[in-house]
Amino acid sequence: MSSNRSRRGDEPVHWPLHLFVIFILILTIYPILWVLAIAFSGSQSLAIADLPAHATALDRLRAIAPWPKHFSAENFRSVFADQPFARWLLNSVVVAAMTTLLGVFLACTSAYAFSRFRFPARRAGLMAFLVSQMFPGTLMLIPLYIIIVKWLGLGSTFTGLVLIYTVTAIPFCVWMMKGYFDTIPKELEESALIDGASQATIFFRIVLPLAKPAVAVTALFSFMTAWNEFIQAATLMDRVDKYTVPVGLRFFVGGFTQQWGYFAAGSIVAAIPVMALFLFLQKYLVSGLTAGAVKG
Amino acid sequence: MAEVTLKGIKKAYGPVTVIPHFDLDIQDHEFMVLVGPSGCGKSTALRMIAGLEEITGGTIEIGGRVVNDVPPKDRDIAMVFQSYALYPHMTVRENMEFGLKIRKTPREEMNRRVNEAAQILGITEFLDRKPKQLSGGQRQRVALGRAIVRKPAVFLFDEPLSNLDAKLRVQTRAEISKLQKTLKTTTVYVTHDQIEAMTMGDRIAVMKTGELQQVGSPLEVYDRPSNLFVAGFIGTPPMNFIPATVTTGGDAVAASGFTLPVPAASRAATAQRTGQKVVLGIRPENIREAPRDPGDAAVPITVKVEFVEPLGHEVIVHGRVGDDLLVAKVEPHRAPKMGEEVRLVIEVEASHLFDTATEKRLGDN
Repeated sequence: MSSNRSRRGDEPVHWPLHLFVIFILILTIYPILWVLAIAFSGSQSLAIADLPAHATALDRLRAIAPWPKHFSAENFRSVFADQPFARWLLNSVVVAAMTTLLGVFLACTSAYAFSRFRFPARRAGLMAFLVSQMFPGTLMLIPLYIIIVKWLGLGSTFTGLVLIYTVTAIPFCVWMMKGYFDTIPKELEESALIDGASQATIFFRIVLPLAKPAVAVTALFSFMTAWNEFIQAATLMDRVDKYTVPVGLRFFVGGFTQQWGYFAAGSIVAAIPVMALFLFLQKYLVSGLTAGAVKG
Repeated sequence: MAEVTLKGIKKAYGPVTVIPHFDLDIQDHEFMVLVGPSGCGKSTALRMIAGLEEITGGTIEIGGRVVNDVPPKDRDIAMVFQSYALYPHMTVRENMEFGLKIRKTPREEMNRRVNEAAQILGITEFLDRKPKQLSGGQRQRVALGRAIVRKPAVFLFDEPLSNLDAKLRVQTRAEISKLQKTLKTTTVYVTHDQIEAMTMGDRIAVMKTGELQQVGSPLEVYDRPSNLFVAGFIGTPPMNFIPATVTTGGDAVAASGFTLPVPAASRAATAQRTGQKVVLGIRPENIREAPRDPGDAAVPITVKVEFVEPLGHEVIVHGRVGDDLLVAKVEPHRAPKMGEEVRLVIEVEASHLFDTATEKRLGDN
């Protein structure tokens, strides 16, 4: 049927498009393949193959192909056994989970207020959130250090880091959630109000379940903010046992050591939780949950 | 069961007054329809009864209790919204139970009421479905069900039929009427559709730009519209309005193409208005081939037909008498052709006179 159609010429030929997509795909996954190759090479070198003095074309090709000489899980074993990587991973999980919980809770509640209630300085508050996003994070490094370490005495603590990540993530999350709350029909809440629901019941039993897609995105964003952040963590955490994963990874290739194998293995392990979270939240990242509420 | 009383209700949004002064008494068990064009304040009035809008002035009583400061949940009301406002993440059963659960109704009682309501509305088989799996008509029923399981003192309906197609609307209209007659719950029903108002209401309240124009039974409003607005709003096609002058003696009015004796009800009012301009109002159904009763007073006119709309059971004729355009309803099987001249009669006692300046009806109301 389809071959008939293409022979008739009323459908464009697909293979150039496929070639193009394959090319882009290789371009995209090539760096990731390199990381994988280094991680499984069992060595600490950035290069997988050494180029001989008189390299043939095949040697050169081998040097750029992300395929290690030997496969070994030694780097993975070693980051956990010989290095405090498990500890850092745990630290990151604690910080990111706390940031997600606190961030999502604060973002949901404040976004609902911004969406539904009219109060003085509502617009100013929303604008302030937006304006705060204009400044790069590094600009906040010194003021945050002064506030967290000097004033609050929370240097090298998870609480300090969670506080920073939460307030960094909140503006985006609030805007995101507010945008979603705005699309939930007001009649639903009025109907619940007449049904006898309190404001809290309406929020937790009607609005929040309908806002699941937005909550999922917000949670993912908060988690990733905390999980990937390096500069603040590096500044705030001055004890090795308090490092988060990004700071710990940097430790492998900082100063006198060049342990790229550990670095690659560690970054692959670090990527797994985010990927898992993505897959888990995927089913909520669908829109159209409000379909059927009101005639559309 | 309760009566609803609105006394001197005022509603303003900042400097904009949408309802300047509104009085309405709704009897116990009554089906009251608030009708008017969009933007007339009828929905605002309903939402004020529900407690979803604050009132700027006046008092609202439900069952003899002033509810100005009572939150919606404690007013003993249930409301059906135009958009149905079903909770999309809950099944039909959960939707109907929601209000009962919050009021901590015992499980057995809750099941009994939901099943009973579902049976009345014919939605038993959908109880475990989500709203998005239902058609518009079925969602409408669920919204009704959610209101009746609560057994409130007052039902509030905000244009509940506007989202249904024409056939379903007629059917649901009858069902809501029947349901209200069975349950005898005081009902306030908002619509912009005058046919819904006429067919459903025990009484109807016609509103325009935030002001009440007339309250009465459907027939009262139809037979004795208090002013030009009500006369033009109730009835399809709308009433013909023809400028006319009161003749010497005040017992007849002259339009450009005919002279009509003043109907008995307006005679006292026209007696002192010789030579004054008035508006003559005649419904299309009162311009016919012959008077309904041969003894009725009727004035013959000759209509030059400009346009004909056959509806099957009747034919609507647009034509001209003198300088004035007229719409008449005639028998379907003797439909005139365009350009023809037909002889029709105007039923004198069914016509109305209105004051040109005040737009009020001249007569007995």
